[in-house]
Amino acid sequence: MSILILAEQHDGELAAGTAHVVAAARAIGGDIDVLVAGEGVDAVAQAAAGLDGVSRVRVADDAVYAHQLAEPLAELLVALADDYTHVLAASSTTGKNVLPRLAALRDVAQISDILEVVGADTFKRPIYAGNAIATVRSSDPLKVITVRTTAFDAVADGGSAAIEPVSAEVSNPSSRFVGEELAQSDRPELGSAKIVISGGRGMGSGDNFKLLDGIADKLGAAIGASRAAVDAGFVPNDMQVGQTGKIVAPELYIAVGISGAIQHLAGMKDSKVIVAINKDEDAPIFQVADYGLVGDLFEILPALEQKL
Amino acid sequence: MKVLVAVKRVIDYNVKIRVKPDHSDVDLTNVKMAMNPFCEIAVEEAVRLKEQGVASEIVAVTVGPKAAQEQLRTALALGADRAIHVETEARVESLAVAKLLKAVVDEEQPDLVILGKQAIDTDNNQTGQMLAALTGMPQGTFASKVDVKEGSVDVTREIDGGLQTVALTLPAVVTTDLRLNEPRYAKLPDIMKAKKKPLESKTPEALGVSVESGLELLGVETPAERKGGVKVGSVDELVEKLKTEAKVL
Ligand SMILES: Cc1cc2nc3c(=O)[nH]c(=O)nc-3n(C[C@H](O)[C@H](O)[C@H](O)COP(=O)(O)OP(=O)(O)OC[C@H]3O[C@@H](n4cnc5c(N)ncnc54)[C@H](O)[C@@H]3O)c2cc1C
Ligand SMILES: Nc1ncnc2c1ncn2[C@@H]1O[C@H](COP(=O)(O)O)[C@@H](O)[C@H]1O
Repeated sequence: MSILILAEQHDGELAAGTAHVVAAARAIGGDIDVLVAGEGVDAVAQAAAGLDGVSRVRVADDAVYAHQLAEPLAELLVALADDYTHVLAASSTTGKNVLPRLAALRDVAQISDILEVVGADTFKRPIYAGNAIATVRSSDPLKVITVRTTAFDAVADGGSAAIEPVSAEVSNPSSRFVGEELAQSDRPELGSAKIVISGGRGMGSGDNFKLLDGIADKLGAAIGASRAAVDAGFVPNDMQVGQTGKIVAPELYIAVGISGAIQHLAGMKDSKVIVAINKDEDAPIFQVADYGLVGDLFEILPALEQKL
Repeated sequence: MKVLVAVKRVIDYNVKIRVKPDHSDVDLTNVKMAMNPFCEIAVEEAVRLKEQGVASEIVAVTVGPKAAQEQLRTALALGADRAIHVETEARVESLAVAKLLKAVVDEEQPDLVILGKQAIDTDNNQTGQMLAALTGMPQGTFASKVDVKEGSVDVTREIDGGLQTVALTLPAVVTTDLRLNEPRYAKLPDIMKAKKKPLESKTPEALGVSVESGLELLGVETPAERKGGVKVGSVDELVEKLKTEAKVL
């Protein structure tokens, strides 16, 4: 078996998710290569070469890959896929954008968001917002897979894989990067933070999210949100946790003013410890919370910040 | 400009699902079904483009059993002009849906195809990307804004770090995210009118597409239930328990 992993990048650095995808690849077994595609990606390639279990890092450094657009990345992967039995990526917005395109171009299925490797061709994945787990087997010659990073422990650093350039002629006449608005934050990434504190519609306004800041500062936590809080414009879309947002599984998840709809639970119910703060004692969030505190968040949050 | 919208019949998002006792699949007997929420957003976007005079015709398409015609009628009530039903009782995986949609695209030659980003039953998030690949179209996935220009479309996408805007040459594929719009409800007179709008049925065989898949569903299980814990009486007690009992602080 030979596996190619599409590296995940963030601000010119290797994103944390890739080390988790390598762990999934090790569970499959075989040689593991990482593809780093982008413009000016030396640092990313170096970091990928250090991941335990990686045999080779293949680097495609070209302006055409600069913004991780799906069309050129899929074309590049198609050109490389002959050498592999599996192509993996994190189940991030990049992985989800690119891998189905590769799969279709190779006329194979794509397996989304795997949670467990049962065998080299058999995987478990969540369906219906994680309310059921499906076991699927692929008989396709190439397995194209996105990986739920929170389901696999990251591999350590300590490897020293070879770094090799790849040459492929890829052009992209049909899509063009126009611009981006990226959230600026000194806090840890939602997907990899040890503690996450999320606010819901109960926060009442974007301004009130400041009540979470002091607590997040003290705990080194990332801040998340429910869909209702994002839809209401309290906070940006990249903070949404849930079935159709980000999946998190921190040591501690604190849900504040969030009712606990199944779509929200889908994104956080694998957290180790869940705390819920809600004024409605019948809110469904309490059914999954290890510690529930019934009361008004506007009184509880300042008190909590003080106690930490 | 012609817009093709793909809609899927799925379990209603409020329903709590059950796994069949033999673990072969999820039990859908007597379960409330509805249009996939992301497809509602796709239909709404097409209707708004028509209201703005950008789109001239909206064609809704679904792949699924006879009953999926209900969702096509809903799309017609919301403002689609006509509908195409690719009828099959088989379990159709995303790749096969994409191939069927490609066959429809070849016949209809739309300028824009709008799909949901994700079906809330399989949670695949693949079909739009696959259709784009098969038709050679560029893709704007997870769209929170769609701005059609002369011969191109600007799509603002919800990505992990924030928002990204891309310009795509037409024809193109767009998949919808939650913030793209807020879908309207169908009004009773429109539901009546929709019954008279054209709905054409086709089969995968007639479209020359095999719905076979390299993926086999071996079984479905219920995940381990999380048990509710305790209620604490005060912030002090909470912090104390997080420190000494849960040991996460
Ligand atoms: C297709 C689809 C996809 C979706 N994807 C997601 C997703 O990814 N993530 C997600 O989160 N949701 C998602 N949803 C939405 C989901 O169904 C719920 O609507 C949403 O999670 C509700 O958010 P909420 O809990 O913040 O708001 P509400 O349900 O309105 O709950 C607000 C809570 O705040 C409490 N509250 C109010 N004031 C106070 C106060 N002063 N002090 C303490 N508590 C207070 C209330 O008691 C209530 O429980 C999706 C829905 C659909 C249809
Ligand atoms: N059977 C189907 N019929 C019509 N459209 C579909 C079907 N399955 C998926 N789609 C479209 O593809 C989107 C994404 O679905 P998926 O890739 O399965 O998560 C849906 O929101 C629909 O727009």
